[in-house]
Amino acid sequence: MKGLLVLTALFVAVFGKVTFEGDQVLRITAKDAEQISLLKELPEQTLGLDFWMEPVHESLPVDVHVPFHSLQAVRAFLAYNQIQYNIMIENVQDLLDDEEREMVKSRAFPRSTDDFVYTTYHDLNSIYSFIDMLVAENSMVSKIVIGQSYESRPLNVLKFSTGANRPGLWIDTGIHSREWVTQASGIWFAKKIVTDYGRDPVLTDILNKYDIFLEIVTNPDGYAYTHSRDRMWRKTRKPNPGSSCVGVDPNRNWDAGFGGGGSSSNPCTETYRGPSAHSEPEVKAIVDFVKSHGNLKAFVSIHSYSQMLLYPYGYKSTPAKDQAELHALASKAISELQSLYNTSYRYGSIITTIYQASGGTIDWTYDQGIKYSYTFELRDTGRYGFILPANQIIPTAEETWLALMAIMEHTKNNPY
Amino acid sequence: MEVFWLLLSLSLLELSAALPGSHSTRRPTDPAPLQSQTQTMATGDLVPTHFPARRAAQVALHHLNTHHGSPFRVFGLQQVHTATAEDQVVGTAGRKYSLDFSVTDYGSSVCFRSMTNEGSVLRCSAEVLFPRTETHTHTPPEVHLRCEDLTHISSSPEELAFYQKHTAPHSAISAHDLPDSQGNISQDMQPFWHLARVAASFIMLRESSENTEYNMAQVANLTQQETSEKQLMLKYHVLLHDIVSQEIIHWKLLCSWSPEGGVSVLETEWLPKCPHDTGPPTAN
Repeated sequence: MKGLLVLTALFVAVFGKVTFEGDQVLRITAKDAEQISLLKELPEQTLGLDFWMEPVHESLPVDVHVPFHSLQAVRAFLAYNQIQYNIMIENVQDLLDDEEREMVKSRAFPRSTDDFVYTTYHDLNSIYSFIDMLVAENSMVSKIVIGQSYESRPLNVLKFSTGANRPGLWIDTGIHSREWVTQASGIWFAKKIVTDYGRDPVLTDILNKYDIFLEIVTNPDGYAYTHSRDRMWRKTRKPNPGSSCVGVDPNRNWDAGFGGGGSSSNPCTETYRGPSAHSEPEVKAIVDFVKSHGNLKAFVSIHSYSQMLLYPYGYKSTPAKDQAELHALASKAISELQSLYNTSYRYGSIITTIYQASGGTIDWTYDQGIKYSYTFELRDTGRYGFILPANQIIPTAEETWLALMAIMEHTKNNPY
Repeated sequence: MEVFWLLLSLSLLELSAALPGSHSTRRPTDPAPLQSQTQTMATGDLVPTHFPARRAAQVALHHLNTHHGSPFRVFGLQQVHTATAEDQVVGTAGRKYSLDFSVTDYGSSVCFRSMTNEGSVLRCSAEVLFPRTETHTHTPPEVHLRCEDLTHISSSPEELAFYQKHTAPHSAISAHDLPDSQGNISQDMQPFWHLARVAASFIMLRESSENTEYNMAQVANLTQQETSEKQLMLKYHVLLHDIVSQEIIHWKLLCSWSPEGGVSVLETEWLPKCPHDTGPPTAN
């Protein structure tokens, strides 16, 4: 009894806790009936104790959640009475935080882009939801539907804009559907832009002068197919008359050296160029957008894998008129990229660095007068290839963003 | 042992004589050389980061893996340092590449975050000959390879433990989709994935030309086979990816492995993707 009075004298009651920080759960092992009695006499309410397993019999453990402020008192009591115990949970709040994180992950519908899980690959519906949430949360973001895919899915472009009549910078990801780290990075870039506007001086300055256009799922039919049927699907999903083989390579379908070496006339191949330039609605939509906008100053199309930063041309070996500048800027962008995780990239023109490819996106955009036209090939170099582990999404996006910033900053500082 | 070192230094001397050592190597900050004709392959000094050197190096890598790969040892290309190419007319006619490059072993690493700082780095040199044949049948490339420190590689304890576990009487491993769509692969399955990569290297080496660049994209499935010998015997269905054609090519293979014997491939079978497929992409 005296011990108990000492105990209550030591304790100051705490009401209405908002956090379980520092709370512990103790497992007490009473050795006889007397110790069980002592435990039963503990002033539960005063101390704020919550018995997960009540003291019943010395053969059964007693589990009790002890609030932080009562810990010293309770442990003193147990020591004084020589009652054995051990700490089952060292910090209850940590456990709750972990659980909350897990719950957020498994929640079917994130409530906001802050809830959204960036460390996993998402299906098409989740990405469309993300796009709509981002627009709803940020007045500087709007969604433009530039067209429809073959299977009638919307071709959504996010526009980041702080004012009217600005020149634009374009980024697309996922034109080849199996290159999942690109769409995942696109999602991350979108969030990064809204987070850093007003915080990062360089990005803020860029956005005060230019609009950024971001098409995250450039080939939605293909992307849906990689989830439902074939993880390795690359092309669009348009049937080819007279053939059982489906799809056109959207990066061989542009009107730049269309039909030349480095693309195929066989619908059953991965680099099938299609029946004619811009025959694919996914490509035509971008072509129409670029032409009607008329004032894009940089165009970056993102692929994986190989770890490369490439500039025109792919269809011919004639160097681009601006080769020296494009090469120097690529070098700078790559060293920015490498500074983060030491990921090494190769760079150069498409045709010298990776292979000849005709009908490619950036050859067309370059010949339209968009000088800073680049293609990325993101991680890795073949170990995982297209199926890059999800835990590499954020590092990949982070390092790539540094390269993109270098390109966008240079574009801003060198108006033409 | 002394004879080995003598032969090694002789072959290295031979190698250095073949390379125009005084020629400056291209550095990444130099403007890219203007290749006047890229349809025909470049001759002489090659830009180490461009595809002709890289494809040849990848072939040397496949060769290296067939000889020294294991469930816990897979080599990947880290960097090509120098490369030259020339037409060879004496002996087997074809294009001969001479390469100096570094490789990294990612077979026993579990770190995913930094792809460039894992595993040990080995320096290698190789000659890769892509034979030119008069008929249109494909002839596999020939590789002569030297890497420093290769002789010091021996079976690790984890390798031996893995071998004991899976050659025990009731071991009957099977799996599919390694890694899965999200790139996940369990710790337990990684050695089987590495082994597939090594076995696939036999195929990739054989099928390579100047116009291919192969990696293994995924293991579709694997099934352990019963055998009376003390070997780990596995049937695999693998997906290969050729960067140049962008094709995914399906192969079935039967391989066997032991720590002392290394990896052998006993059977291979190409699986056409469409009924009218005529063959895997080869030199054109």
